Amino acid sequence: MTNNPHTSLTVFENEPLILDSGQSISPIDIAYETYGTLNAARSNAVLICHALTGDQYVASSHPITGKPGWWTNIVGPGKIIDTDRYFVVCSNVLGSCMGTTGPASINPENGQPYGVDFPVITIRDMVRVQMALLDALGIDRLYAVIGGSMGGMQVLEWLATAPERLDRAVVIASSARHTAQNIAFHEVGRQAVMADPHWQGGAYLSGDARPEKGLSVARMTAHITYLSEAALTRKFGRNLQDRDDITFGFDADFQVESYLRHQGISFVDRFDANSYLYITRAMDYLDIAARHGGRLADAFAGAGHVKTCVLAFTSDWLYPPEENKRTVHALNAAGVPVSYAVIESDAGHDSFLLKSQQMEDVLAGFLSAPERAETAP
Amino acid sequence: MTALRPDLQLIADLVPKGARVLDVGCGDGALLDYLVREKSVDGRGIELSDDGVRDCVARGLCVVQGDADGDLRDYRDDSFDFVILSKTLQAVKGPHLVLRELLRIGKRAIVTIPNFGQWRVRVSLLFGGRMPVTKKLAASWYETDNIHFCTILDILDLIADEGLELIEFVPHHSNGARLSMSPALANWAADQALFVLEKQTPTA
Repeated sequence: MTNNPHTSLTVFENEPLILDSGQSISPIDIAYETYGTLNAARSNAVLICHALTGDQYVASSHPITGKPGWWTNIVGPGKIIDTDRYFVVCSNVLGSCMGTTGPASINPENGQPYGVDFPVITIRDMVRVQMALLDALGIDRLYAVIGGSMGGMQVLEWLATAPERLDRAVVIASSARHTAQNIAFHEVGRQAVMADPHWQGGAYLSGDARPEKGLSVARMTAHITYLSEAALTRKFGRNLQDRDDITFGFDADFQVESYLRHQGISFVDRFDANSYLYITRAMDYLDIAARHGGRLADAFAGAGHVKTCVLAFTSDWLYPPEENKRTVHALNAAGVPVSYAVIESDAGHDSFLLKSQQMEDVLAGFLSAPERAETAP
Repeated sequence: MTALRPDLQLIADLVPKGARVLDVGCGDGALLDYLVREKSVDGRGIELSDDGVRDCVARGLCVVQGDADGDLRDYRDDSFDFVILSKTLQAVKGPHLVLRELLRIGKRAIVTIPNFGQWRVRVSLLFGGRMPVTKKLAASWYETDNIHFCTILDILDLIADEGLELIEFVPHHSNGARLSMSPALANWAADQALFVLEKQTPTA
């Protein structure tokens, strides 16, 4: 694997980034990973956008957990996103905590961590930072921008904001807006964090304790939304955890409880609680159509040349096929050359991270399909 | 590049260069691919099967996974010059509703059907006494996708009932050979038939 050295660069040093909120940030560090080699024509760059709690380690091991990259079944030499062929870039999003500027970063104005003084950001703000990264890397145009879940939201913002820099776009298990149910689940997670006394109004970084309980509960709730009833039943059923009978107590009697507790506890080691608040907020604020008089198609008016592929999963109830189809409908109405496939899976929203022959076939076909007459000049 | 299947070639010959085309039930995309390549159409497809979608995407075509019954409503009025429905009308839940949708989103519709009035089918039913299973209709009655069997005359009736204008009628064999005969005779002789339809323009 040609994983180029871990890298980070600083942008918006002289001019601050003006955010959707009207506030600004300067400077901004971007932590990113690259794989493969940018060709002489600079035409083989693929930007991968990560999900809510994802990171830039798409195909290389995570420095904290030691786990392999989160999409190694898709990204790598000879794989579908072939790093022998493409120059793959994946950067940590604005507001996150894996090296890109976020609420845990030091506020240059007072030398303290930002905490809740960090301005509220949007998905489009994340995309603006990615654009600055590409500028710094000398990449004008992307062969493809690809992302699942919140990564797909970034792809949709790319299509709406800078379509002239795109040749292809892949949106996986995502949405152009957060629904009431999406917002509701996020609110439960945020309330769990903020109800933890260690949260300290967001200023926990200057103390000794972290709101680990709260963040862990937030993760447990969210994790349920990434799965499906079928997947939970298949994995756990009503199986008991290391015991022969129920205990008539509140221990983790059931395997599913033990599993969720483990998900929660291991999450707090690698994620900042305030980042979780900011990024979930950014997703809740997403409503691309709202900027265009409620007509989503109008948002994609400039993307008529971008070959686009939208994928949804049958058992995904977080961003279900109907929601993805709404996006496809709008892209179609805007004249964007779009394809849409519904992938059979019982694993819920997380399916996009799992092995699926059907998804791989469609992705592979889409990325390597011949240039068509209608896209030629 | 293999030649287009003869019945698809009949359809392709009716589509002018540069048209906006929606192929409903586009299968592996053979027809759309030909139209995009040879006629520079702006081509879109709808296909239900996973394999069909995969093949279309790999050809670089635009295909949306879905079906005629549920997904035509997502398209705006008059967004296509031609909407093609090739040997699918007999397999949809509401053929008359689908026909209306085709002509809402397209200026013209090209519809082809397998003709269940053809003499072989009739003879098979008459003497065999069971629902015909032939080379063209290879599935038994209980597992066939064809839930609305129809003949050429049935379709002509439906076209009249729906107040649609029949621009062209091409009864043919599956090898693509056209038959020049009256609808009643064609209903005996032809394996298949092609209809080009338009909404009737109201007379002022």
